[in-house]
Amino acid sequence: MSVTTPSAAAPAKAASENHDERLRQVSRLKRLLSRPELGSISGAILVFLFFAIVAGDSGMFAADGVLNWTTVSAQLGIIGIGACMLMIGGEFDLSIGSMIGFAGMMIAIPAVYWDWPVWLALMFAFSGALAIGFTNGFIVVKTGLPSFIVSLAFLFILRGLTIALSILFTNRTIVGGVHDRAEGDWLAAAFGGEIGGWLFAWLANIGLIGTYPNGDPLVSGIPMVIVWWMLLAIVCSWVLMRTKYGNWIFATGGDAKAAKNVGVPTDRVKISLFMFTAFCATVLAACQVLEFGSAAADRGLLKEFEAIIAAVIGGALLTGGYGSVVGACFGALIFGVVQMGINFAGFNSDWFRVFLGAMLLVAVLFNNYIRKRVTEAH
Amino acid sequence: MAEFILELQNVSRYFGSVIALKDINMQVKMGEVHCLLGDNGAGKSTLIKTLSGVHQPSEGVYLYEARPVRLNSPRDALDHGIATVYQDLALVPLMSVTRNFFMGREITKGWGPFKRFDLDNANRIAQQGLADIGIHVRDPEQAIGTMSGGERQCLAIARAIHFGAKVLILDEPTAALGVKQCANVLKVVAKARARGLAVILITHNVHHAYPIADRFTLLNRGRSLGTYLKSDVTREEVLGMMAGGAELEELEAELSEFSRADQNKVANA
Ligand SMILES: Nc1ncnc2c1ncn2[C@@H]1O[C@H](COP(=O)(O)OP(=O)(O)OP(=O)(O)O)[C@@H](O)[C@H]1O
Ligand SMILES: [Mg+2]
Repeated sequence: MSVTTPSAAAPAKAASENHDERLRQVSRLKRLLSRPELGSISGAILVFLFFAIVAGDSGMFAADGVLNWTTVSAQLGIIGIGACMLMIGGEFDLSIGSMIGFAGMMIAIPAVYWDWPVWLALMFAFSGALAIGFTNGFIVVKTGLPSFIVSLAFLFILRGLTIALSILFTNRTIVGGVHDRAEGDWLAAAFGGEIGGWLFAWLANIGLIGTYPNGDPLVSGIPMVIVWWMLLAIVCSWVLMRTKYGNWIFATGGDAKAAKNVGVPTDRVKISLFMFTAFCATVLAACQVLEFGSAAADRGLLKEFEAIIAAVIGGALLTGGYGSVVGACFGALIFGVVQMGINFAGFNSDWFRVFLGAMLLVAVLFNNYIRKRVTEAH
Repeated sequence: MAEFILELQNVSRYFGSVIALKDINMQVKMGEVHCLLGDNGAGKSTLIKTLSGVHQPSEGVYLYEARPVRLNSPRDALDHGIATVYQDLALVPLMSVTRNFFMGREITKGWGPFKRFDLDNANRIAQQGLADIGIHVRDPEQAIGTMSGGERQCLAIARAIHFGAKVLILDEPTAALGVKQCANVLKVVAKARARGLAVILITHNVHHAYPIADRFTLLNRGRSLGTYLKSDVTREEVLGMMAGGAELEELEAELSEFSRADQNKVANA
């Protein structure tokens, strides 16, 4: 025993000397592997490859096809970002979908039935939504009830109110005629308009994108819903990763008690995040109302689940404190590509739900594994 | 400047019908380690939560630099330079060393809407702050979850020291640690004292407390048994005064009784 010990110790010591160098490389790779958005980015690549093979010649990747699935992704992405930020902050909001319907009515009814200018109706809707988000958050932090239950209550309250109030004020559940009112309104253009029309005209001119028989380009501009998605993605990602408030969000969701003990105003953080999800829902509602020219009481049905799924696919942990806005955006992109891709490829659209559920399950398993990597001593 | 930085006069704290603290008097001096001793449920955690603004006294006066204060939140206490390292350390395992170090007190650069968390500087400061007390981290962006208990304890202390704590309150810093890590943490406490901080240290373990403490306050079932200077009491006296001290003596007596009986048996056989 005593003879073999020194000889065994010598190589061990030599190994431990360049140990650090090797550890460094491993940890860099490991850090990359434990980024929350890794799963959704690789998922998005796989999905693109898949549809490039099965639907490559269907027009899915022509200019109008791209616009088609990008728009669907953007619609989900906007509320996915809100849901993701809130989840990182440790809470859920199941009332996002109902909020979309309610906010839509808060825009359409004043604009069409009460003769308000559209900009005023929009501001009214945003203030109303923020107030509801505040109430939601206030109840959660003051009562300590799970946000799951509180926002579930709001899911029903808001949906019920949307239908009841629109019937009370207008006698119908679909309120149209917003287009006429929005004509020339400065704020309406920020949600219903398009940008970059000249660019697409030029691209069509030089033959880079296709045209209709009458010579108009297939794509006339980028809808504002996509612009909002990109804008929110950049701003929120920056806020989350690079600001004090972002650090507070991670801390609040990671361990609210610990955060509070070192002086993070966790209640304020949570309430503001509930307000932000309501804001996101209203942005989407405004884009839809001003694009379609109408509000419908059933709009946004089940969207809260899709938003949460996008956030989870994007790497957000259900327990809070971990996640990524970029990840949630890729989660939404996967959604849009698959939902539209299934049409382009000519599959039965029922498969979309099957795919959705499977994707969610895989994402949660993957996230669990990542969390273990991040938090367990090695 | 007042002789005592913190002073409690007849402070009580009730939770509904539970009397967690009753008529506590206590004085804390700069440059001293003040040790709170007591059994489970004696009220040690409640006392330091009162000192650090988590709870407010139900009765009695809290003096800071000889002036009565009311600390409404841990933030208030921090602004007075009273920093607490809780039993749960107030660290978030999923967050990086740096993000934890600066949690709630992020340094920023830029102005207006472009004001941002200065991560490069923060990384450097966190690494340096830890190195100053003898902890070397390879990567300040690694998650805390990967660090050992002792390292986390030291990180929490380094954080408090860095943010200009005048009073450092430590709740059972050595509870879950091995011998070596324990010694490291106590060394860090000594460094803090050498910098002139007042340290309030909670422990069950007299053997950890005695070598480093300058003053002891003993708690028993929510009441204070008094404050003693180390020069006035021996380790055994402190042990004897602690709740359970009597039981320990009894246990020792019983054990020696057993061993005598055993010896008798051996002798008889
Ligand atoms: N928030 C609260 N509500 C009701 N009772 C409480 C509360 N906090 C503490 N207590 C009670 O006060 C008493 C003292 O508790 P405390 O946590 O201060 O003890 P401790 O000395 O820190 O014990 P330990 O050594 O186990 O940490 C206990 O009986 C406890 O049940
Ligand atoms: Mg305690």
